[in-house]
Amino acid sequence: MANGVFSSSRAQISEKTLRTDKWWLQPLITFSVLVSFIIYATFRAFENGNYFVEPLISPFYSPCLSTECVQGASLLGTPFGIIHIFGMTLSPALIILIFPLGFRMTCYYYRKAYYRAFWFSPPACAVAEPKEKYTGETRFPLLFQNAHRWFFYAGLVFNVLLTVDAILAFRNPEKQWGHLSVGTLVLLANATFLWLYSLSCHTCRHTVGGRLRNFSKHPLRYKAWTLVSVLNHKHQNFAWISLFGVAFADFYVRQVATGAFTNFYFF
Amino acid sequence: MARKLKLRIWRGDSTSGGLKDVTVDVNEGEVVLDVIHRVQAEQMGDLAVRWNCKAGKCGSCSMEINGKPRLACMTQCASFDEDETITITPLRAFPVIKDLVTDVSFNYKKAMEIPAFEPPVGMKPGEPRMEQIDVERSQEFRKCIECFLCQNTCHVIRDHEENKKSFAGPRFFIRIAELDMHPLDILRNRKKTAQEEHGLGLCNITKCCTEVCPEHIRITDNAIIPMKERVVDQKYDPVRWLGSKIRKREGIL
Amino acid sequence: MSSSLERHKYDVLVIGAGGAGLRAAVEAREAGLKVAIICKSLFGKAHTVMAEGGAAASMGNANSNDNWQVHFRDTMRGGKFLNHYRMAELHAKESPDRIWELEMWGALFDRTKEGKISQRNFGGHEYPRLAHVGDRTGLELIRTMQQRIVALQQKDARDHGDAESFIKVFAELTITDILKENGKVAGAYGYYRETGADVLFEAPAVVIATGGVGKTFKITSNSWEGTGDGHALALKAGANLKDMEFLQFHPTGMVWPPSVRGILVTESVRGEGGILTNSLGERFMFKYIPDVFKDKYADNEEEADRWYTDQDNNRRPPELLPRDEVARAINSEVKAGRGTEHGGVFLDVSKRIPADVIKKRLPSMWHQFYELAGVDITKEAMEVGPTCHYVMGGVDVEPDNAAAIGVPGLFAAGEVAGGMHGSNRLGGNSLSDLLVFGRRAGMGAAEYVKNNSANPVSQSTIDTAAARIEAPFKRTGGENPYALHQELQEVTHNLVGIIRTKSELDDAIVKIADIRRRSASVTVQGDRKFNPGFHLAFDLDNMLLVAESTAKSAVLREESRGGHTRDDFPGMNSTWRQVNHISSFDGTQVNVAKKPLPALPKELFDLFDPHELEKYMTPEEMSKGGSN
Repeated sequence: MANGVFSSSRAQISEKTLRTDKWWLQPLITFSVLVSFIIYATFRAFENGNYFVEPLISPFYSPCLSTECVQGASLLGTPFGIIHIFGMTLSPALIILIFPLGFRMTCYYYRKAYYRAFWFSPPACAVAEPKEKYTGETRFPLLFQNAHRWFFYAGLVFNVLLTVDAILAFRNPEKQWGHLSVGTLVLLANATFLWLYSLSCHTCRHTVGGRLRNFSKHPLRYKAWTLVSVLNHKHQNFAWISLFGVAFADFYVRQVATGAFTNFYFF
Repeated sequence: MARKLKLRIWRGDSTSGGLKDVTVDVNEGEVVLDVIHRVQAEQMGDLAVRWNCKAGKCGSCSMEINGKPRLACMTQCASFDEDETITITPLRAFPVIKDLVTDVSFNYKKAMEIPAFEPPVGMKPGEPRMEQIDVERSQEFRKCIECFLCQNTCHVIRDHEENKKSFAGPRFFIRIAELDMHPLDILRNRKKTAQEEHGLGLCNITKCCTEVCPEHIRITDNAIIPMKERVVDQKYDPVRWLGSKIRKREGIL
Repeated sequence: MSSSLERHKYDVLVIGAGGAGLRAAVEAREAGLKVAIICKSLFGKAHTVMAEGGAAASMGNANSNDNWQVHFRDTMRGGKFLNHYRMAELHAKESPDRIWELEMWGALFDRTKEGKISQRNFGGHEYPRLAHVGDRTGLELIRTMQQRIVALQQKDARDHGDAESFIKVFAELTITDILKENGKVAGAYGYYRETGADVLFEAPAVVIATGGVGKTFKITSNSWEGTGDGHALALKAGANLKDMEFLQFHPTGMVWPPSVRGILVTESVRGEGGILTNSLGERFMFKYIPDVFKDKYADNEEEADRWYTDQDNNRRPPELLPRDEVARAINSEVKAGRGTEHGGVFLDVSKRIPADVIKKRLPSMWHQFYELAGVDITKEAMEVGPTCHYVMGGVDVEPDNAAAIGVPGLFAAGEVAGGMHGSNRLGGNSLSDLLVFGRRAGMGAAEYVKNNSANPVSQSTIDTAAARIEAPFKRTGGENPYALHQELQEVTHNLVGIIRTKSELDDAIVKIADIRRRSASVTVQGDRKFNPGFHLAFDLDNMLLVAESTAKSAVLREESRGGHTRDDFPGMNSTWRQVNHISSFDGTQVNVAKKPLPALPKELFDLFDPHELEKYMTPEEMSKGGSN
């Protein structure tokens, strides 16, 4: 049954789209990058090792909350014992990964990106989508996208923890303060990008002031909203930069932990 | 100075139609609407096209040019390669009437469904005092020229005719946002009805409306997402829900 | 045909869905009447959206010295005292209420620091007076009116179960005839543009609010709808047109590049600091300050530049002279060989105001030229010249109720009505004119309907109207409407344009008559369904009547005043100020007669400094000191 642009009342045109530009390029890039990240992140989350080397901890494993964690990695203690599922030991990364993952999955920008690249809903503007039915975010599971706010709050907690990790990295392997290594810079950059990503988020913009009707009665929140709005313009960029940042920080820690890299100290 | 431009123009009506090739003169600095007019005057006297101001202010000459929803008066011929054939079709989300003219009455029906502005009871003309920063957000949405390109490109209805019943579309989400952010409006259930009656939840924020807006209104970032967040305040935020039950009024406002 | 004819009965039929038409419809509905609104295009697209600068109303928000008397004086001065005093008076008195009312319907004007409606400076207005929203005030106005109509319809849906029970909008419908029975209005006849099907409206009162006539000219800022439909409909229905020789050529229309030719560069560009220079780089406006304005406009650059920051102690820059003065100055520069290669002059705001301020204060102006033509006004000068913008002349109406004189049941408001603006309209006065007289036309129609019940239309009247629509399809081998339209535009542009002489006008009258004769044999390609050639055939008929009326009025008026400049009679003549030109139509041609302009009553006369009035009035008028 013909639907959408092929409905009988519409102008009869047989092409799905008459766009002549490379409209498929953007979703293809999004798809490739996200799939690469998922493969790498899955591998690392299940690897359950090479995530800590004094004073650096991988953002995938921080905070490390299980008794499984290697010594020194558990900043917040170990409320979880070792968990086994189907006879396999659950990596401590999997306990916490739901929060950053949930934040990104429900992010207004990533939603656009993956709805286009993975669901083809739509693949690009004015390109007919293949599916017959569409209910958007009106019912489960996509209704769950409305939980973005809770992941945002959780994300802030993680930003604090990863900032602490970056600060702890101003130490040398003997835990003496006042040192700076490439690892310090990597963790610092990671934390900064994550803050920029969180603070530029649409939920943040709404929470700090967007929900107000009269800005003039709340000058400070108006100021905050104005600042967040400026960041919000670049939310898409921060989303990608911080994604690469997390992956790179983890990769760097892993390479140092395996001994492939030496964490160079400036002083 | 004049060069030849190759066009493929969709001609037909609701029963049949197809792309017709035509070659026409084009001068430096002309827009697509200029050459359509030349085709009309010289070759196809009955070619149907809507237009009014030819200045990007009225939003009448909406059509699809090389597959992209655009205003013909704001598409410069110089933006295409010299030997490129330009394909011009009517909007593909609405029923076609004839040639480049479509039936956009859907939008006027939806406009009727959005409850109008409601000023405070007893307020007299001349009394309102509003600060510039309080009106700016709504002013952005009032820039809308109702070209309906956003409605046309939105896949929710472009690709799914059956959603037209339950979906107001981006143009009317900015209208709802405009009123919900209007300093004087007293209707407090706009968030709820946006979600329950106007289909805000059907939007999956893929931003095509923003991409095609000739007025550069940031439809998704400044209207749809803030409205979705306001809905979250009311419907999906247990803390705020409890608070509103206690205070017996909506939200923090 | 007539057996299947679609028929509608209403109390009031409003032809035209711009600001005036919609305001009239709101008023008539609020008086309890059933109203039909006819749009030639889609609802909300009318030419009103093009108005940029603002709506003039002496609210006194920006300068508390402002009041209706000052506004009245400015309007009369701008119109060179040819205005109907009563219209100018009503307009000045009622504009503030009309603006405040819009706010209650959801309009969001720019604000002052105190939270009131901000008001900006504009040519010819003594104080900052224009309520505005950036530079898209017309859009705000029409959208607000449109949404007000929807609000009333929603209320009718709640109260009466049908949204369209009291107001119905008929989009994309052309009215071809106003119908009369027994000497009074009985309705109107037309066709749907979409299907070509005929439709009859029976209504005892008809409000014409069809706007302007710009498409009669080659270079114009008007949209395609500005084809003088209402002017022609009124003429053919037996009403008169007043002072059709007065056309405002906006001084600053874009002359280059072609994609934006004719499009206005709003006066606010000059209000914000834009200056006019010729190809030699001279800021030439200082040479063109008329004596009557010497004490209000700076004669040197230093003082003019100081004005932007200190308006109390300096005279205004001459770029802000009334429009006709600026248009004439540009025309003189171009004729003297100091124009740009495309026949304009330079208007530059880029060297005086930072780019971000320009984008903030003139957003749609910047956006429009950047998008339409790739011109960045924050970086380069614009090339501008006169473009046909507004017709001051129009249907001769009673000021208080907008009733067309001579045709019971016919009303006219907005640009299609004459008298309000005299020989030249001040910027910003058109939007407030729409509101003030749109409302008054609605009131007038409602009052009329109370005392005059439905006036049934006879079959013979219907048959005549139907035959006229069918005619272009029945002919063969006739004229092409597009070609005739172009020919007409050449004639008006070259011979009835901004600067006129007797010989050219005589020539124009002959040529227009010739085109009119040939237009009787126009044939159209294709069928009735959304057929632009068919539509143009009727528009052409209207434009020809307008052009004839303009040319014939212009040749009679042997002076230069406001929007009428005669090379052979360059000065203003106080005797001519006492004369209105009244055009009527006898079925074959337009005839123009003189009628005395109503004299200024004493209380309004006394609002002026006698020394100022002496420049416009004859010694006899001065010695009378007003009419009562």
